[in-house]
Amino acid sequence: MTTPLLEIENLHTYFYTDNGVARAVDGVSFSVGVGETVGVVGESGCGKSVTALSILRLVRPPGRIEPGSVMRFEGRDLLGLEEREMQHVRGNRIAMVFQEPMTALNPVFTVGDQIGEVARIHANASKREAWAKAIEMLKLVGIPAPEQRAGEYPHQLSGGMRQRVVIAMALVMNPALIIADEPTTALDVTIQAQILELLADLTRRLGTSVLLITHDLGVVAENCTRVIVMYAGEVVEEASTVDLFARAHHPYTEGLLGAMPRVGGEKDRLATIPGTVPAPTDWPKGCRFRDRCPYSWERCAAEHPPLYQIAGGHTSRCHLADEPERRQHPHPPLAAQRGASAA
Amino acid sequence: MSAEVFAPAKHVRIGAHPALRALARDSRARIALVVLLLIALGAVLAPLIAPYGPEAQLDIARLHNQPPSPAHPFGTDKVSRDVLSRLIFGTRVSLAVGLGSAALAMSIGIAVGIVAGYLGGAVDAVLMRLVDAALSVPRLLVLLLVASLWDRVGIVPLTLLMAGTGWFTVSRLVRAETLALRDREFVLAARALGTPTLRLLVRHVLPNVLAPALVAAALGIANVILLEAALSYLGIGLEEPAASWGTIIQDGADSVTGHWWLTVFPGLAILVTVFACNALADALRDAFDPRQLPRGTTDALFASEA
Amino acid sequence: MRRYVAGRLLQATIVVLLVTTVTFLLVHLAPGDPVSHAFERPGVSEAVRQQWRADFGLDRPIAEQYARWIGNVMRGELGYSVSLRRPVADVVAEVLPRTLLLVGLSLALSFALGIVVAVLQAEQPGGARDRWFGRVLLVLFSVPDFWLALVMLILFTYRLPLFPPSGIVDPVLYDGMSAGARMVDRLRHLVLPVATLTLLSTAAISRQQRSALLEVMPSDWMRTAMAKGLSRRSAVRRHALRNALLPSITLAGLYLPALVSGALIVEKVFSWPGMGLTAAEAITKSDHLLVTALVLVTSVAVALGALLADLASAAADPRIRVR
Repeated sequence: MTTPLLEIENLHTYFYTDNGVARAVDGVSFSVGVGETVGVVGESGCGKSVTALSILRLVRPPGRIEPGSVMRFEGRDLLGLEEREMQHVRGNRIAMVFQEPMTALNPVFTVGDQIGEVARIHANASKREAWAKAIEMLKLVGIPAPEQRAGEYPHQLSGGMRQRVVIAMALVMNPALIIADEPTTALDVTIQAQILELLADLTRRLGTSVLLITHDLGVVAENCTRVIVMYAGEVVEEASTVDLFARAHHPYTEGLLGAMPRVGGEKDRLATIPGTVPAPTDWPKGCRFRDRCPYSWERCAAEHPPLYQIAGGHTSRCHLADEPERRQHPHPPLAAQRGASAA
Repeated sequence: MSAEVFAPAKHVRIGAHPALRALARDSRARIALVVLLLIALGAVLAPLIAPYGPEAQLDIARLHNQPPSPAHPFGTDKVSRDVLSRLIFGTRVSLAVGLGSAALAMSIGIAVGIVAGYLGGAVDAVLMRLVDAALSVPRLLVLLLVASLWDRVGIVPLTLLMAGTGWFTVSRLVRAETLALRDREFVLAARALGTPTLRLLVRHVLPNVLAPALVAAALGIANVILLEAALSYLGIGLEEPAASWGTIIQDGADSVTGHWWLTVFPGLAILVTVFACNALADALRDAFDPRQLPRGTTDALFASEA
Repeated sequence: MRRYVAGRLLQATIVVLLVTTVTFLLVHLAPGDPVSHAFERPGVSEAVRQQWRADFGLDRPIAEQYARWIGNVMRGELGYSVSLRRPVADVVAEVLPRTLLLVGLSLALSFALGIVVAVLQAEQPGGARDRWFGRVLLVLFSVPDFWLALVMLILFTYRLPLFPPSGIVDPVLYDGMSAGARMVDRLRHLVLPVATLTLLSTAAISRQQRSALLEVMPSDWMRTAMAKGLSRRSAVRRHALRNALLPSITLAGLYLPALVSGALIVEKVFSWPGMGLTAAEAITKSDHLLVTALVLVTSVAVALGALLADLASAAADPRIRVR
């Protein structure tokens, strides 16, 4: 087996705040292969964005990556790099696409300037070369009249175009990996599809690996070969996309799938998962999902589940893997019961 | 059940307020408060700690204009008054004027700010144009102008004058805060319940605008002390024989290099006090929610008060 | 953009009008009037004094005096200064450029210096460099203006006689100097007043610039900049600074009144014959017309300055400029 492009092992990123230590990422491990598009799914607050920032070492105090975490990229230990070497990696070998294109772009610089800046930083380009490169990239992401657009400012562009610009910025140096953190969440539904298609198309052509972070399972279904499901700072399930949708194991994943609106499906109410994510300063003992889980039993409170192997390439952090018969006895989750009694 | 239950005022018990906790941890704030407390103590205990009275002319013939010595650590002035004693008594005047004018300016500023912010429209426009006009005139010039209507000023007129020229920035800040609060849910809820406007303003808006007002107060005191000294230096200070830091400086203004102690020591006293006030203001601003007080703008507004 | 300019111009005009009216009223409330100050001699009879007052229009109702004065100002006639025995317009024309020079230079220098210090501080907020600069600036911000001026005076003219202590040119030798020497002489007289005023202003301006920088640093685009591979330092200097400069320019304009106040003190200490010094003396002599004219000119200058700063900032901001 070839070496994966990116290997994350036992990543812990903690935030030391006045209200306590927020264990935003609490023991996450996964890998991304060359040319692969891997999806990371989860609700807000599950730690997926912090994971992305951790990879690029953009986590600022009071947050920090805990010792014991391992991050390897192209065989190099990312955590052992000097800051200058890390700057070499950012934007060059690993690029990031952020969620909000309006705020991700500096309002006082032209679009061409900002794209060209990447070339100036990493390829020592002159102003003219950088400008030419910017126009080339704008063409690549499908923006019409690129020469004109390059001289415009972010506020003059529509949301979809801005996100194309952000993608253009990410692709300038033809990075090996792009981390896309909810790249379409802030966009209109119709534009979302366009952007995802663009991203998929370009990365396929260039052979770029993508770590696609999203809360939308639909996005994952269309674009990713493998999926990682995160909850409460941990990976709770990992599988190929096909496996995940056909044979989801973890009750959280089941919940997410049940909550997906399906065109042409029955007109029942969307199933929601009762309860909310616990606070990262206070992860519960045992399984962190047990209060919201319809199958939990005493073991779940007592024993924190490890990642069980379900099948080849399919893991799940659930004791059901060990005692599958429990699945026959669902009950209203504790969170729902509490809610009912308070009414 | 009273209406209060359904739309409780949105302020927290003082002790639990997160800003105060942050403040208590800030070492700048602690040092500044200690310094200011000591100065205040000095003011209160002046008759006990000063070696002489503030107006006691000890020996005009032989002891006038003496440089610092063991008997008179800060020297004597031209009518042989002990400078150290005058300095200590001067604390009373400077603090009185400072605190008095700050309190008054805060009151006016908060009132105007809330009215302008809450009522909006024409009232707001007129009031703010007035404030803009007032802010575009150098404060020192105005003080000079008005103070020279009388030949010298007494403490009370001076305090009133300082307050009268010092409420503009506070009103701007309070207005901004009021505008933001006006559309918040708890205010809307209270209005929906028919809460009379005045009660609403006092119970719901006022506690929340105190943050910028307090910061402005600290800076206001600092500015007033500086201005009083500047006025005295220019010859239009408090009337004789009042002992204030400014008047001591004034006595020595015509012979700065010769009788340097008349300028240096009061200057140091001013520097220390003003520094403490400014440090406290900085700490207060850091302690309060940064979203409430965008520092870039408030810094400029405060600076332009001088 | 054009509407923006028009709106601001209107605001500025209203402000100036308000200011001058209030000043006029204040000045006329002063006990004493120019006649008694300027012409007081023993043995002057009451009748003569009355005549003088009538000559200068000082016995008319205040509303009439005001109306006449406004009319005159519109025509550019500012009246006659009784304390200086010259037309007010002449006095203003002479002293205005001097103070403008002083204030203008100091503002420009403080702004530039302020940026340098603010950027150095913002690169590592809370770090040692930040805190040290912060303390020094706080001291400068807290020191009484005249005190610093006096210290500068004593240090650099008395202890180390490097610069002249007063005036704008050498009173004795200037006339005999060559053009080059005159230039140098003027410069030498400028150094201390400008340096003092700059030191005083940098404290305030730099603090504001630092705050403005720190405010934009949590922005998303800063994160993007760093994700592109910029060092923190470059990101601050290239991205944060550009954004923070815009409000800084406007706010520097707001600082003008304080700068003028400071100039007043500096002019007094260094005997720099500018508007501030002249105004202070005119006030003590109850020279109504001169005082009002000076305050008028100051307010107009300050309002214009603030307006210009505001417009410059708007012009530099692509969000406003390009629609």
